[in-house]
Formats: sequence, structure tokens, C-alpha cells
Amino acid sequence: MSLRNRKLQYSLAINEAIHQMMVLDKSVFLIGQGVKSPWYVGNTTKGLLEKFGRERVIDTPVSENAVTGAAIGAAIAGMRPIVVHPRVDFMMYALDPIINQAANWHYMFGGNSSVPVVIWGIINRGGEQAAQHSQALHALFAHIPGLKVVMPSTPYDAKGLMISAIKDENPVVYIDERWLYAVEGEVPEEIYSVPLGKGIIRKKGKDVTLVALSYMSYESIKASNHLEKEGIDVEVIDLRSIKPLDKNLLLESVKKTGRLVIADGGWKTCGFAAEISALVCENIFEYLKAPIIRVTLPDTPAPASSALERYYYPNSKDIIRVIKEMVRCHIK
Amino acid sequence: MTKYSKQFLANLYRTMVRIRFCEESLVEPILKKEVQCPVHLYSGEEAIATGVCAALAEKDYIFGTHRSHGHYLAKGGSMRELIAEIYGKQTGCSRGRGGSMHVCDPDKGVLGAAPIVGGTISLAVGCALASKMKKEKNVTVSFFGDGAAGEGVLYESINLAALKKLPIIFACENNLYSTHMPIKECRPKNNIFEIGISYGIISFRVDGNDVLRVYEAAKKAVEICRKNQGPVFIEFMTYRLRGHVGANDSIQGTHTDIRPKEEIAKWRKKDPIRKFEQYLIRNKILAKGNRETIRKETEAEVNDAYVFAKKSSYPKKGELTKYVFKK
Repeated sequence: MSLRNRKLQYSLAINEAIHQMMVLDKSVFLIGQGVKSPWYVGNTTKGLLEKFGRERVIDTPVSENAVTGAAIGAAIAGMRPIVVHPRVDFMMYALDPIINQAANWHYMFGGNSSVPVVIWGIINRGGEQAAQHSQALHALFAHIPGLKVVMPSTPYDAKGLMISAIKDENPVVYIDERWLYAVEGEVPEEIYSVPLGKGIIRKKGKDVTLVALSYMSYESIKASNHLEKEGIDVEVIDLRSIKPLDKNLLLESVKKTGRLVIADGGWKTCGFAAEISALVCENIFEYLKAPIIRVTLPDTPAPASSALERYYYPNSKDIIRVIKEMVRCHIK
Repeated sequence: MTKYSKQFLANLYRTMVRIRFCEESLVEPILKKEVQCPVHLYSGEEAIATGVCAALAEKDYIFGTHRSHGHYLAKGGSMRELIAEIYGKQTGCSRGRGGSMHVCDPDKGVLGAAPIVGGTISLAVGCALASKMKKEKNVTVSFFGDGAAGEGVLYESINLAALKKLPIIFACENNLYSTHMPIKECRPKNNIFEIGISYGIISFRVDGNDVLRVYEAAKKAVEICRKNQGPVFIEFMTYRLRGHVGANDSIQGTHTDIRPKEEIAKWRKKDPIRKFEQYLIRNKILAKGNRETIRKETEAEVNDAYVFAKKSSYPKKGELTKYVFKK
């Protein structure tokens, strides 16, 4: 029986999902660099090695390309691997197996072969880690046909989306953030799924639709709470999945509010925010009362110095500022 | 006298002839532009696919490259579906979505082929890892060319496979050219099999134009892998009788085939089918009549494959986006 209101950390919710799925399904296994090292993956893999052994919890040499390819090959051969990249930056070595092979595989073999693999990339940024230890590249993966991309923000979603990703018959890029690892929230003990491609309204509102993902959902909720006190009623949508995308939830909200702000922890050009903006313009342009605004990273590599970092990462203040301007200038 | 049964040797001969006739049958359609997708013919390298796959069981797996018609046929893939695939038809082995470079038949263990050089090597390692985890005793063969020795993923893959003692055979088909580049311009030494040695795995080089040598090498490698003592690295020395891509890429104007004529002539003399025929004649195994029957039957099979491919339908417009995701 589920303990009512049990709280769990985001990172431990991921851990619980992997534990439970490895018990449930013998074909599930975890492979990647640092799976036995908290330095690499926090406490997301706590207890897995002890429980399932080295055969199903495989720590690997620094060979992102071959290791990711091996996970994909194992999936083709009937397993359900989870391959972890403790930093998305290092995952760039694995773009060939992810993009050329896994993403195309089912299509280019006419549906005769599939790749049920979870490619788990951790965004680990801030703390003066600079350009190659800080990147959020979800938009890059979402661009590719054949890949699904999810970015959970709450512990509940972290567990539910990991379970859905493992159960899915396709390659799923699961991107989480170290900034969220200590967040606590209610997590049912049993196995449950958060469907891929289903967003959620975090806060209802009627004046502005604020769309976010992952860590930016928290900055968005913070901003909306502040704006509420100033009489601006913001609807916060956490899309949770980039691909597939909950288009309906997005469009219905913007139809209601007529205003759209997108808060993304990725870059601006050709990014997630650009895609959301384009979708709204293409489909319901006539509902818009104001130009769409994107709150994103500047098109700049991550700096090291904290003197610059503080201006680099967008936060609730940036969101508050743009929403105030938007509402003030365009009250109809 | 030979230690092999007549049936076994006849099968090897038949497989090589099937591959050769199938490959050569594509020359005219390519030149007539009836076949439009890039085709990388395997003519001249038949002994490798034939010998290796003869040492495998149906349950064993292979992964291939852009030049994998031979691997596909030798492992049991259907010639009808191969030709239909090359013609872009819905009845093709990949339903017209893959073309010549993406052949597969999972039921026969042909798990896939792809032209990104070295791109399927790590997948094959993962497949071998899956076999080991499932304790199913299957062996995986990763076919790749000498060009793949220039890719870092080969080294990562051998290391990972050696570390985990995986049942995989790294089968390097060294045809001395990486597209247009002769091996001497790609590597300081023509010693690809030595790569495996540095990872502490059994590695050796074999004449890839001698089907029995290939078979014996593969059989030994399969036994090693089944005993959980893999991986094994085998370098098969061979030569492609046609250009990198198409019927004859010099004629087609792409000029990737800039090989010396004398070199091609020298290797024609080592044609693996001719070499095997001489062996059969020497050992009085398949009389001329029997060989002729196999050739006739293969010609009929090739013709039938074309009839099948040509009368098959193209994929429908409404199914353009089908198969992006598995439902």
C-alpha cells in the first residue's frame, strides 16, 4: 500500500523508478560512466549495484560513443537499457549512435526493428563550471525525427516519466537537472506512468500563458506567485515532454489568455521557445493580444566566473519583468 | 580428398554464386538509372560473407555496412525482398524506407546495416552484451571495412567487448580501399588485425578470397565465442571488383574509382568464385554439370526476384511518416 503523502527527493524518485523497473522487467539494465559513483550521478543510482549486481548495473570506461551504441544494440536485440550520461556535454561524443542509428532505426528498416532505449542525460551547471560542463541541449534532440524527449521538473514526474520512458518502444532522451535533485515532492510508492507528451497546468490563470520545462518551471511558478500579488493572473504550463508535445494544452491556454511567454533554460536561436512560439503563431495567431516573448539563455556559451553566471541563467525576475511589460503595454 | 561433405561445399558454392549473380544483375539497372539509390556492390568479396555465415547458426546475429547485400543473402535474407528494397518497393526487406544500404531480416539474425563508417560496430557489441546477459550463447558478427579502422568507435568498441568478454567477432573486410583512398594513404601500416592484439584478444588475418579458409577461421572464432572466450578479431584480405559505389563509378562520372588497372587485373585472377571452382575441380567434387545446374537455378532465382520487385507496389504517399515511431 502506498504511504499517503510520502515525500521523496527528485533524484531518489528517479532511483526508485529504476529500482522498480529492474525488478519488474529482467531486460531493463543500467549502463554508463559513473553509475556507481555519486560524484557522477548523485544518489540516483543508490543501492542499484548492491541489489542487481555488476551484470545489470554496468559502469563503463570513458567511451560515450561505443557505450551508447552498445545500449542501442542491446535494445535492438531485445533488452531495455538505460544509458546514462552524467553530463549532457559529454553525450556529444554519442551523437552518431543516438541520431544516425537509434532515431532512424525503426523508420529505415520499415518497422522491422525497434530501439526501446532510454538515453538519460543530466544537465549539471552553475558553480563556475564553464562552457563544457553546463549545456542544456534538449532542443537539439527534439529536432530529430524518431527521438522522444522528456524533461521532468517534479519528483512525481521524474519517476513517472522514467517509467514511461523505459516502457516505451522508442528511443527516449530523458533529460534531468542537478539543480532539481534536492527538490522534494509527493511520490507514490507504486509503479505509475506519466504519459509521454502530456503537459500539466501548474497554476491556473487568465492573463498570460507562461510555458516552461524542467528547472524553469520553478522560476515560472515563483514569478507567477509574485505577479499574482500585483494583480496579474498567470497560467503556468509545464510541458514535461518536448516530443511528443502537448499541443492541445498549449493552444487552449493561449486561446484563453491571448498572451504567451516561454521560459526555457536552453538557448534562444532555433530553441524550444522558438518552436512553441511558431506553433502558436501557425495555429492561433488571431488569438494573440501581444507579441510572444522568449526568456532564454543568451546565445552565448556558459561563462565560468560567477560574476557573469548570475546574468547568464534566466530566473523569476526576468520573467516578472517581461510579463509586466507585456501586460502594461498591451492591455486591451 | 576433402574433409567436407559434398552438400556443404555445394552450399558454399551456391551462396557465392547467388551473391555474385545478384550483385552483377544490378549493373544494368544502375546504368539505366532504373535503380536510383546508391548501391555498393560486393562482387569479389563473396567468400567472406559466405564463409562466415556458414559458420553461424540461424540464431546468431550479424550487423553490416553500406556493402551488405552479401551478408544479408548469406545469412538467409530473401533475394526477392532485397531487390524489391533496392527498387524502393513496399515489399522490400525494409519496406522501401532503407534502400540498398539498410538491409535487415531480424528473423534470420540480420539485425541491420548502415553506411556510417563504423556506425554499427558498437551496436553489434551491445547485441553481444544482450546475448551474454540473456545467457543465450548466440554469437554476433560485426562486419566492417578497412575504412572503419580510421574511426575511433572501433577502438572503443573492441575495448568494451574485450573488457566484458563478449561473444562477438569483429570481421574486418579489408578491400584495400576506403572509398577512393588506398589503404597506404590511410594508415602508416597495413596491419589492421594487430589492433585487436593490443586489446589482448585473439586476432588474426586470413585470405578473404578463399572461402574455406574464411569458414575455418570463422568456425574457430565462433567456438571461442560460444565458450565465452571472445571476442575475436579477424581481418579478411580481399578486393572489390567494382568501384566504391554504383556499377562502375568511373563510367558514372563520380571518379571515385581511381585504382590501377593492373591491380584490378591481378585481383581478378584471385576471384573467390574462380578460386573455389578450381578447388572443386581439383577434388572432383562438383562436376561441371552440377555447377552449371547451380548457376542455372540461381539465374532463375535472380529473374524471379526482379519479376517480384517490379510487380510490387511502391510505398503509399499516406504512409510517408509511418514508422517514425513504433506505436
